[in-house]
Amino acid sequence: MYIYDQIDQRIVDERVAQFRDQTRRFLAGKLSEDEFRALRLRNGLYIQRYAPMLRIAIPYGLLSSTQLRKLAYIARTYDRDYGHFSTRQNLQLNWPKLEEVPEILAELASVQMHAIQTSGNCVRNITTDHFAGVAPDEIVDSFVWCEIIRQWSTFNPEFSYLPRKFKIAVNGAAADRAAVAVHDIGLHASKDANGEVGFKVLVGGGLGRTPILGKTIREFLPWQHLLTYLDAILRVYNRFGRRDNIHKARIKILVKDRGIDKFREEVEAEWAHLKGGPATLIREEIERVAQRFTRPQHEALPNETIPAEGPFGAWVRRNVHPHKVPGYAAVTLSLKKTGVPPGDVTSAQMDAIAELADRYSGGELRVSHEQNLILADVRQRDLAALWHEALGLGLATPNLGLITNIIACPGGDFCSLANAKSIPVAEALQRRFDDLDYQHDIGELDLNISGCMNACGHHHVGHIGILGVDKNGEEWYQIEIGGNQGETRTGKFTRATEASLGKVIGPSFARADVPDVVERLIECYLEERDSEAERFVDVVQRIGIEPFKEYVYGNADQRSAHRNANRALA
Amino acid sequence: MATLIKGRRIATQTALSPSGEAQEQGAAQGPALEQEQGEVVRLEPADDPASVAGRLDQIARIEVNFPKFGDGRGYSIARLLRERYGYKGELRAVGWVVRDHLLYMENCGFDAFLLREGEDPEEALTGFEDFSESYQATVTKPLPLFRRRSA
Repeated sequence: MYIYDQIDQRIVDERVAQFRDQTRRFLAGKLSEDEFRALRLRNGLYIQRYAPMLRIAIPYGLLSSTQLRKLAYIARTYDRDYGHFSTRQNLQLNWPKLEEVPEILAELASVQMHAIQTSGNCVRNITTDHFAGVAPDEIVDSFVWCEIIRQWSTFNPEFSYLPRKFKIAVNGAAADRAAVAVHDIGLHASKDANGEVGFKVLVGGGLGRTPILGKTIREFLPWQHLLTYLDAILRVYNRFGRRDNIHKARIKILVKDRGIDKFREEVEAEWAHLKGGPATLIREEIERVAQRFTRPQHEALPNETIPAEGPFGAWVRRNVHPHKVPGYAAVTLSLKKTGVPPGDVTSAQMDAIAELADRYSGGELRVSHEQNLILADVRQRDLAALWHEALGLGLATPNLGLITNIIACPGGDFCSLANAKSIPVAEALQRRFDDLDYQHDIGELDLNISGCMNACGHHHVGHIGILGVDKNGEEWYQIEIGGNQGETRTGKFTRATEASLGKVIGPSFARADVPDVVERLIECYLEERDSEAERFVDVVQRIGIEPFKEYVYGNADQRSAHRNANRALA
Repeated sequence: MATLIKGRRIATQTALSPSGEAQEQGAAQGPALEQEQGEVVRLEPADDPASVAGRLDQIARIEVNFPKFGDGRGYSIARLLRERYGYKGELRAVGWVVRDHLLYMENCGFDAFLLREGEDPEEALTGFEDFSESYQATVTKPLPLFRRRSA
């Protein structure tokens, strides 16, 4: 954990007072709806379909057991006893009362937490690899760089009213577990010949209604220049990004319209003035931030031989991950149990997980963008005991990387933007593929669901992506295949390691038909794969989407019949 | 009634006289209403501050317009005028200028603020006190916090 110093704490305390006053002025009629909207959003407070929604920041997904207990307490005291972990590694409360939000923020500040910039047209929570600091393929500890960027972005006076929201991801390992290619700015750390750290800078990626992969604006940016270069990119975007149309306001549209070469020229011209200026990072600051991070202490332990058989073996294979320190492992606690909305946890579970973190993982845990929780520093010899306890809490579903580890947004059950529900679709699919042997036979498969084209459920980068669409007031679902979030493991696969966007297979389906369609896609894959090592997404990349289309819709004649039936319904 | 804030104090209040003409009234401790020497320039969000960079010494006041609550282009314009072009004269934020903007505007280099019609001036002044520190390099504190922290 990064431990606040007095100044960090004061800034968060001052934020509580500021928001308390904004709420007071709004309730007293001194702030208009529109103005308060812009102010409350940058504090993560939405007015949703049924109630307000508060998005609490979990910077780069790192959380202490004390903080998790506080979240449990807040959910119990101010909400309905549960919370939802989102794909941006944050926690959302679905039923807080507007007038109590200042109190919730004060509670958060008491454990060095906040809801700063979890929404609004500003720089959002910085996300990273959930195995930062423990991954065997680590290049740098990305948490340190995330915290430096967090401080740069917090209440940045120049970049607080951008054309649109702005998302930055940092990856510090050889594999990309931070999906850097689908962010407004993606930073991928590397080292030069002298061992000095730098970043490959991608810009203009994103999901949403216009999914685009980021373009490389700089191959290697030495670390000293990180903040001045971000300043240059953000300044060009702030001045020239479109503000006339909310759907064309993200930086990806500016980069696309200008072309990456022209955009790079503008950024470099701006940077020429900023380079070497006061915002140039210094080694003392990197060391200061690194030293303010507490890390679980590791003992000298041998690697254990872990049995591969039975349910424990299945869990180890799926939910236990390698660690850079011998004798240790990282463990995923799955929040994807069939029948529970993906990413949801109760207060009681949060308390129990905090307890597990204390006893098994040095009091820390991480939230993954796949909406699971990670205990990153578990002694291998404790794995069996941890598994037993996790099982009892319903957190040991051995489905990491499998079809039931579904990423899903809250969808039409909660969100006022959604065109369709996500949670019932996720549940129907989990029930359809509940048989673990079948899931293992299908192998690695990311299935992602978004309730609308804003793509909070990352459907464009699911191997199978499902998008809720509205047809004359009815909920329909469009299906994409072949998306990929990037190379999340190193050296294991030969194909489909680069991030890619899914392609739509054809006309959309009624909700009840979605499990059948997915099953047809799986059958097609099982027939076409050349070995068990060839994953669903590898097959799609090798043979294209056409064979899958035919499998689902039949031949051309049957396809047009399906379209006609759709039209008749619409 | 629109209020002008300068140097974190209420400088003048502009009211319409019965005849419809604008009247400026000095506030109790506000600076004297000197006759301004030089040109007054107004920049819109899409304007390039480089367009006035060559004649800044003839300009007494630059007004930067904020047409909407959430249009943040003026913040970058202000920084460019102060930090790149070295403008030393009055830099006045006009348009949708309210309490919750003031500190950010000041940090970007504005030193005068014409509050939006209807904004409570006394309450607006408290906006400058929202935060006692900022992480970033700003016009008011040119060194970022990380270069001051170790001291």
